[in-house]
Amino acid sequence: MIIELPNTTTTAINKKLNAIREQVGAATTGRVLTLIIALETDALLDESIAAANIASQEHPSRVIAVVSGDAEGGDSRLDAEVRMFGDAGASEVVVLRLHGPLAGHADAVVVPFLLPDIPVVAWWPDVAPASPATDPLGALALRRITDATNAPDPRAAINSRRDGYTAGDTDLSWSRITYWRALLASALDQPPYEPIRSAVVSGLATEPALDILAGWLASRIDGPVRRAVGELKIELLRDTETVSLSRPQDGVTATLRRTEKPDALVPLPRRVTAECLAEDLRRLDPDAVYGAALTGLEEVEYL
Amino acid sequence: MAGAGAARNTPSGWQNPLRDKRDKRLPRIAGPCGVVIFGVTGDLARRKLMPAIYDLANRGLLPATFALVGFARRDWADEDFADVVYQAVKEHARTPFRQVVWDRLASGFRFVTGTFDDDEAFARLAQTLEELDAERGTGGNHAFYLSIPPGAFPVVCEKLHSTGLARPRDGRWSRVVIEKPFGHDLTSAVELNSVVNSVFPEESVFRIDHYLGKETVQNILALRFANQLFDPIWNAHYVDHVQITMAEDIGLGGRAGYYDGIGAARDVIQNHLLQLLALTAMEEPVSFSPAELQAEKIKVLSATRLAQPLDETTSRGQYAAGWQGGERVVGLLDEEGFAHDSRTETFAAITLEVDTRRWAGVPFYLRTGKRLGRRVTEIALVFKRAPHLPFDDTMTDELGKNALVIRVQPDEGITLRFGSKVPGHLMEVRDVNMDFSYGSTFSEDSPEAYERLILDVLLGEPSLFPVNAEVELSWEILDPVLENWAEHGKPEPYVAGSWGPQSAFEMLERSGREWRRP
Repeated sequence: MIIELPNTTTTAINKKLNAIREQVGAATTGRVLTLIIALETDALLDESIAAANIASQEHPSRVIAVVSGDAEGGDSRLDAEVRMFGDAGASEVVVLRLHGPLAGHADAVVVPFLLPDIPVVAWWPDVAPASPATDPLGALALRRITDATNAPDPRAAINSRRDGYTAGDTDLSWSRITYWRALLASALDQPPYEPIRSAVVSGLATEPALDILAGWLASRIDGPVRRAVGELKIELLRDTETVSLSRPQDGVTATLRRTEKPDALVPLPRRVTAECLAEDLRRLDPDAVYGAALTGLEEVEYL
Repeated sequence: MAGAGAARNTPSGWQNPLRDKRDKRLPRIAGPCGVVIFGVTGDLARRKLMPAIYDLANRGLLPATFALVGFARRDWADEDFADVVYQAVKEHARTPFRQVVWDRLASGFRFVTGTFDDDEAFARLAQTLEELDAERGTGGNHAFYLSIPPGAFPVVCEKLHSTGLARPRDGRWSRVVIEKPFGHDLTSAVELNSVVNSVFPEESVFRIDHYLGKETVQNILALRFANQLFDPIWNAHYVDHVQITMAEDIGLGGRAGYYDGIGAARDVIQNHLLQLLALTAMEEPVSFSPAELQAEKIKVLSATRLAQPLDETTSRGQYAAGWQGGERVVGLLDEEGFAHDSRTETFAAITLEVDTRRWAGVPFYLRTGKRLGRRVTEIALVFKRAPHLPFDDTMTDELGKNALVIRVQPDEGITLRFGSKVPGHLMEVRDVNMDFSYGSTFSEDSPEAYERLILDVLLGEPSLFPVNAEVELSWEILDPVLENWAEHGKPEPYVAGSWGPQSAFEMLERSGREWRRP
């Protein structure tokens, strides 16, 4: 069900939400969080809402998508769209389009829609503010999620996160490589128990997940970490063995190779946005390991 | 609870540089290993074990080198076995089917034909495992899942011992997983434990009680020990009595071989219900390490005893023909495979007392049965009535006792029942429910109990598995009832689809209480 509410007010939208709920006897008490999607244009709107809907299977939430495009020109106007039931997964979606001077006050528009007590998460699917925590929308949130992957220059974007970092920030490029990290970590649970002397991370230049992976390795090991552009492959060099995890760029099966051990094949497709988002919503406490990985990025040698 | 499995075999001083306690995203993936299932053609293997293994693989929690070996009498090739697993996964897996995951997993399937007393077959098994270590890299770590009747345990354990499979070399592990029933009384349980322990040391024995792998059951610990709200009332000052119910709507058609002569008390009360009682009644463990949890469970079980006289505080029944929902069903005596004069009970209820300061005087009523009204498992704490009500009797006619209900399955969650004013100009108080539903608040698909438990076996995390002492204490509690029932009388018939025999209701009425309709 999609209801358009052109040129409206927050009070009218809230009344509409309540009315719909009363009609069908649904309640908001099962919601576990409020997710704010902050966008400048409509370009990623539907895709982002779709991802949030899939993630909402795991985290029933109220989704507020704010499109604050043209701050210039015209009068202040608020257009809204309410999506529920079939069109909203396990969540309810409110799309708010802000026009004119109102576009600079997204926080004021969003506040009436925050559900009592439950945590607020802000997500910028493409362009993110330099310092998410001090952004008006980010300030409302306990957890702030950016996504360097969709930024115009992904590598610059992930590198810039360090300066604006506040505990509670994360980036979806970080959740994209969780399984890569898990496979490397569990390889090291097995003998030989040797330190890692150095590491090489290679792959596409436009994949920020690899930059943050390199940053993570740099923050964990005493030794150089290099980031190369080329085939998709991570290598950990130790005294008597090399652990490598590689995958064809568009493949779904990765190879875990260790000196003198049979090769192991692992299903490891690239994670889609919805999966990354669902993982990020699973924990709402600050991710200190991500913070350390951002700091580690400073030490990564780019080849 | 994490860490023990990987840490066990590592030299001291080694710390995996890529692991960090704060890194909560990082899932724990089991190390290289293989699982051997004995009794692979059984119902449990097909409905639960195989799907759970696929689900674990799909969630990325199994090592790339994982191998699954089936052992049974059938004359199957590896491919036939893979077909059987494929059907089981297609039909019963929780997570969606992904070809790439399946292909990786299936390449580690092997099948060994043989009977449990066949030396040659076990030699072939040992050889197969060795080949897997070399080809696939299972690292010599093996879990043996005995999904077989307990009568076959001694011979299988002995063969595993004589082939050397039970005694791994340094730095490798060998674990055995066994399913209920853990014996049929105290003597047989002690015997069984000694057989298993003569081959596998106790820390390598994992007894699966799948109830303990359920999220809601683990949540009992969170509810009790992470909150300030419930602890003050969790005692005899406020709780009037506790009811623990596990009801099933299915009958026993086709299960005579297992069930006849065993009965509901042995099948369910001895393990599931007494474990639920232990978690509900135990004191706070000093930490959540497996040893501390077990210590508390053992303490409370050792303080638990039957309320006397048994003829008045217990009840047993046997379902008779009736209408189960919309279906006409036969009684137990007409089920295929059961003797026409079978005395096997399909309903059992007992009354327990926990002799501790916290619970003195609070009866714990445990009941279970087949062909009851609906499938439900719950723990209900029923509170005392308020000592003084400043209302007229007419105002509180409809007010019952407050209750806190932990719904274990289905529709997992917690219900709080209390009185509320009925809207209107009269002061009238009626019972209402406040509801927390697991499904709508958290992940839509929380993992199946078997996934959690199998992964714990592979990681070597014993926290959720009952140990020897718990099993034996449970039999010690239950044995007098079984003896009393064996000595005289027979189960009272009850209509299929009802909530049990008349004696079950009388059992509570004697003390002015009644069963909740769950």
